[in-house]
Amino acid sequence: MTLRLFETWQNQTLEGIFAECRELAEDADFPTVKRWRENGGKVLGHFQVYFPEEIAHAAGMLPLKMRGAPVEPTHSDSRFGSYLCSILKTNLELVLSNRVELDMFVTHPICDAARNLAAVWGRNYSYPCQILYLPQNANSRASAEYLRGEYERVKNDIEALTGTKVTDEALRNSIAVYNENRSLLRKIYEIKRRQPWLLSGFEAYLLMNVGGMILREEHNEMLKAAIPLIEARPAKRQDKIRVVFEGGFCEQPPLDLIRAISQSCYIVDDDLLIGLRWILEDVPLEGDLLMNMADAYLEKSTYSPVQHDARKPKEKMLLQRIADSGAEAAIITAAKMCEPGLEDQVSYTKALDEKGIPYFVGEFEENMTSFDSMEIQLETFTENLIFS
Amino acid sequence: MTETKTDELVGRGNKEGADLFREWFDGLAETAKQGKGAAYVFVMGSMAELLHVFDFPLVLPEITSLQTAVRRVADTYLAEAEDYGYSPDICGYVKADIAVQLRGGQHPMGQIPKPSIAVMTNACNTYIKWAEIWERMYGIPLVVLDVPATRQAGGQFQPGSSDFERDRKYVEAQIRELIPLCEQVSGKKFDIDRLRESLGYANDMNEGWRRVLELNKSKPSLFNAVTDGTVYLGVSNNLRGTKKGSQFFKNLVEEMEYKSAHGIGTQIVEKYRLGFVGVPCYPIFRRFSELFTEWGGNFVHSTYLNFASGGGSLGYQYDVNRPIESLAEGFLISVREAMDNMFHQDRVVIDWVKNYDLDGVVYHPIKSCRTVSTGLADGRRAMMAATDVPSLFIESDMMDKRVVSEAQMKNRADAFFEGLASRREAAKIAQS
Repeated sequence: MTLRLFETWQNQTLEGIFAECRELAEDADFPTVKRWRENGGKVLGHFQVYFPEEIAHAAGMLPLKMRGAPVEPTHSDSRFGSYLCSILKTNLELVLSNRVELDMFVTHPICDAARNLAAVWGRNYSYPCQILYLPQNANSRASAEYLRGEYERVKNDIEALTGTKVTDEALRNSIAVYNENRSLLRKIYEIKRRQPWLLSGFEAYLLMNVGGMILREEHNEMLKAAIPLIEARPAKRQDKIRVVFEGGFCEQPPLDLIRAISQSCYIVDDDLLIGLRWILEDVPLEGDLLMNMADAYLEKSTYSPVQHDARKPKEKMLLQRIADSGAEAAIITAAKMCEPGLEDQVSYTKALDEKGIPYFVGEFEENMTSFDSMEIQLETFTENLIFS
Repeated sequence: MTETKTDELVGRGNKEGADLFREWFDGLAETAKQGKGAAYVFVMGSMAELLHVFDFPLVLPEITSLQTAVRRVADTYLAEAEDYGYSPDICGYVKADIAVQLRGGQHPMGQIPKPSIAVMTNACNTYIKWAEIWERMYGIPLVVLDVPATRQAGGQFQPGSSDFERDRKYVEAQIRELIPLCEQVSGKKFDIDRLRESLGYANDMNEGWRRVLELNKSKPSLFNAVTDGTVYLGVSNNLRGTKKGSQFFKNLVEEMEYKSAHGIGTQIVEKYRLGFVGVPCYPIFRRFSELFTEWGGNFVHSTYLNFASGGGSLGYQYDVNRPIESLAEGFLISVREAMDNMFHQDRVVIDWVKNYDLDGVVYHPIKSCRTVSTGLADGRRAMMAATDVPSLFIESDMMDKRVVSEAQMKNRADAFFEGLASRREAAKIAQS
C-alpha cells in the first residue's frame, strides 16, 4: 500500500482518532475518494448492504460503500418520486453534484427501491451501472454455484473496465485483507459486548464507518492502533442499560442520533453497516476463491431484513443477538419509507412482546437534524427500565 | 349478419372476463368452506403451470387486495393492519391482505382459503416480506423462485449465451427443488403429462395476450388498456395454464381481430392515443379512467399489462417436449420481461411512441409500490429526451384513498389535455 487516503488519525490519542473519523464520516465531499482519483485510481461505488469488495480491491479499484451522506438532494429529487427513503436520493445526489465521481456503480436486489438504481444510474451515466443479483433463494442447493457465476461476471466486467487481470494471487491477497478487517471489527464488537464502558456505540460506529471509504489496509492499520488504546482506557462501568440497536442495515441514522442513544444506553450490538460484517468467519484462501466467497455469503453470514433465508427467521435472529450480547432491551428502528425495515418492525416487536423483552420503537431519516423528542422518549424508556 | 356478429363478439371479453373472475372467487370460497388450503402466488411469476399439476387452488393476494379498493372498502382493511402495527408507509396490498388474514379469510367477494404453501419470485421484494408474514402466521413453506433479470440497460442475456444458460440452469434447479415440496404439501405425485397440458394452455394464453396487445395498434384502438385491459389481465393471472384461460384468450383474439377488421373501437371517439406507465388507481378506478376518456383520450397500452402478467405479454411458447427445461427458460425470460417493464420502462415507452403512435404518456407512480414507482420520474426524463411526446406525471396510490386527490388529478389531467389540444392546433397551423 503506497497511497494513503486517510492519514490524520495517525499519532493521535484515541479521542483524536474518533474526532478524525467523525470529520471524515461527515465530510460530504469524500476527500479520500478525491485523493484516490487524483492519483489515477478508479472507483467502484456500490449501494448497501453487501458487495464482495475483494474483487474490486484485487483489480486495484477503490470500493466505495455508498451509504448516503448529509446532503440535500437538490439534483436527484427530480429523478425520483415522493415516497422513497432518503439514501436513494442522497447517493445519487453525491454523483450528480460531482462530490463523488465513479467509474462503475453496482446495486443489489435488496429492496424494491434499490433494485431500480442500476437503471436510474444508467440513464444518467455512461459508465457501467449494473445490478449484482445476490441470491434471494438462499436455501436452494444451486445458489452458491449461481452466485459464484455472478461474482465471475462482475470480475470480468471489472477487468474490462480497469484493464487489470484479477489473478488468484491478487484475489487471495485481497480476501486476506478483508478477513483481517472483519476480524478486527469482530474484536471491536466483542469489546462492545463485554466491556461497553470502554467503547460507546457511537465511538465504535465512527471507527467502523470510515472503513467504507478508505483502502481496507488503512482501515486495518487504524483499527490495530485503536484497539489497544481502547482496551487500556481507564473507563468505569456506568449505570446504563444494555441495548441492541436494530434498523441500521441500509440507510444510516444521523451520527448525532447514535451519539444520543449512546449517552443513555450501552449499545452492545447492532446492525449498523451490517454489510461490512456480513461474513462471520474468515473466507478460506485455498481452492476456488470465488466459490469460497459465495459460500461465505450464504453459509457463514449474519442476517438482515433484505435477505430471506429459512434458516434465519429475522425475529429469532434478533432474539439470538439480544441473548448473545446480554442486552436487556432493544431499540427497533427503521429508516423512513424503508419497506423491509418497517415490515420487520412488526415481527420484531411481536417476538419481543412474547419474550417480555422491553423495546423502544422509532423511525429515523439520515438527514434529520432534530430528535429532541426521541431523546426524551428514549431517556424515559431507559429510566423506566433502570428504576423498575 | 354483420350486426349479429358484432353483437355476439364486441364486449364478449369483458363479460366473459367478469364471469370467470366471479367463478374464480367462488371457487376459492368453496375451497375455504371445505377447510382446504391453497397455494398463495403472485402475478409476476405465479408458477401456475406447475402448481396446477398438484391441483392447488391459487390465491393471488395482489388481486384479492386490489378488489377491496375497487369495492371501496380498502380503508377499513388498511386501518385494521395499521392498528396491528404495520406502518402507513408500506404496501397497501400487504396491509389489506393482513386484515383479510386477521379476519379469518373474510373478503368482500367471499371467503379466502388459508395458504398451505407460498410461492413467489424476486420480481418484487415485497412479495418475499409479505410471504414471510404468512410463514409466521401459518408455519407454511415459503419458496422464493429467484430469477436473475437484466443486469444493465440493454444487456439482456440471450438464449444460447453462457450467461443466459447459467441463469436458466439456476431457475431450473429451483423448479426441480419445488416439485418434491409440492408433492409433500399436496400429497399428489408429480405428473409430467399434466405439466405438458398446463404448459400448452399457457402457450395459448401467452400467444393470445401478445396478439391482443399487438392488435391495439389499430386505429381506433380496440380496448382501453387501463380498464378493459385490467379485466383481461385478471384472467391471464387467475386462470393461467388452464383450459378456460386458453379458451378465453382464443375468444378474445377473435373479438379483437373482428373489431380491428371492422374499425370498431372503444365506447369513446378516440382523439388522443395514450400510454400508461405504472399501476391503476383502484380506489377511484372508473373515475380515474374518465379523467382521460372524457377528453377523448384512450390508453392504448400500459406497462401494467406487461409486468403484471408476469411478462406473459411477450408470448413465450414453451416446448412441451422438454417441459421442465422449457418452463425454466420461459419463466426466466417472461419474469425478466416483467422486471424490464418496471425498471427499464423508458425503453418500452419509447418503443410504443413509435409503434402505437402515441400522442401522450401518463405516468402514475404510487405510494404503495416502490418496485414500479422508484424510477418513473427518471424514466420520464429519458423518454422526453428521446421523443417529442408530452407526458403527465401524477402520484397517488392503488389502495389508499388518503393519498388520492381526485380534484388535483383532474386539474392536472385537464391541463395536460389542453396542452395536447394546443399542440395539435399549432401543428395544423404549421402544416397549412
